[in-house]
Amino acid sequence: MDEKLDIHTAIKDTLPTVFGYIGIGIAFGIVGKAAGFNPLIVLLMSVLIYAGSAQFITVSMLASHSPILSIVFSTFLVNSRMLLMSMTLAPYFKKESLSKNILIGTLLTDESFALGMNKLNYSGNKLSLRWFNTANGISYLTWIISSLAGALLGNFITNPEKLGLDFAIVAMFIGLLYLQVISDKSTPKLLQIIVIAFTFVLIYIGLIFVPSNLLILLVTLLGCEFGVIIKHAFF
Amino acid sequence: MPSFNFTLLTILGCGIATWISRVLPFVLLKKFDLPKPVIDYLSFVPIVIMSALWFISLFNQHLGSLPQVNYENLLASVPTVISAIIFKNLLVVVIIGIVSLGIIRLIA
Repeated sequence: MDEKLDIHTAIKDTLPTVFGYIGIGIAFGIVGKAAGFNPLIVLLMSVLIYAGSAQFITVSMLASHSPILSIVFSTFLVNSRMLLMSMTLAPYFKKESLSKNILIGTLLTDESFALGMNKLNYSGNKLSLRWFNTANGISYLTWIISSLAGALLGNFITNPEKLGLDFAIVAMFIGLLYLQVISDKSTPKLLQIIVIAFTFVLIYIGLIFVPSNLLILLVTLLGCEFGVIIKHAFF
Repeated sequence: MPSFNFTLLTILGCGIATWISRVLPFVLLKKFDLPKPVIDYLSFVPIVIMSALWFISLFNQHLGSLPQVNYENLLASVPTVISAIIFKNLLVVVIIGIVSLGIIRLIA
């Protein structure tokens, strides 16, 4: 990654993340198809909902005939961590128009957020609309095409995990986390490591009590609070 | 299988719910500034969310009992972390991650 914020650089920066969308997108298409939804419905889900784990939940709740309000509410809860991410990102686009802000937010994902936060460390704490829209656009198209491909090829690919593609997203977060820790100059390394270790403990304990989809939000809320407390007490 | 219309309505509802969580802060923060303590708080969001998404993949959940280690992902994480330290290049890290898990599954 470097300081440039043009389209060409955005494509280069986003490339490593597309494997994650491809892997999970194909898996989603196959699962949707297997649950009895036709490729059009699978496509509409990816176009209109555009949220990995929430789409899996929607599929399984629809298949089990859950009431519409509980499906929508579950989706909202699972995705409410997006509130935290867009709240973190929004200040960087404050001077842009409202509609441009809405466009950035509409296509924001875990991955493009993480990528953007990393970019800040190289670009002198700046982001451009051009860079972010390109990253978001590539992600959106890759997700739509992959899930449609999964739904269409569902009968032929029985075991997408065999390839290890489902690990692409995890590997991406490992890479981005490491790059974030070594390049973020504003937070002391030791503090970051303490917060990460605390997050691990929270995840381990939380998995006993809280469904994993909601756990991410809960852990993020607690982990950030912990970080603030430790920072003010010791740093 | 629910009807086409019901499914469509549900998808629309879920789409709007997701969209609100993505867009609302952008709309509100156009008008208001975040107070300093909130900015401090949010500065931890990236590392916490990234590590949470990683750590959660290292376990299989069984509500009510201790999480079970997902050895495939745990083992694949080792070369992935090492490649991050050596190469500091996201594309290389992702490819090594995919290949590692692929090899682990081939052997296991």
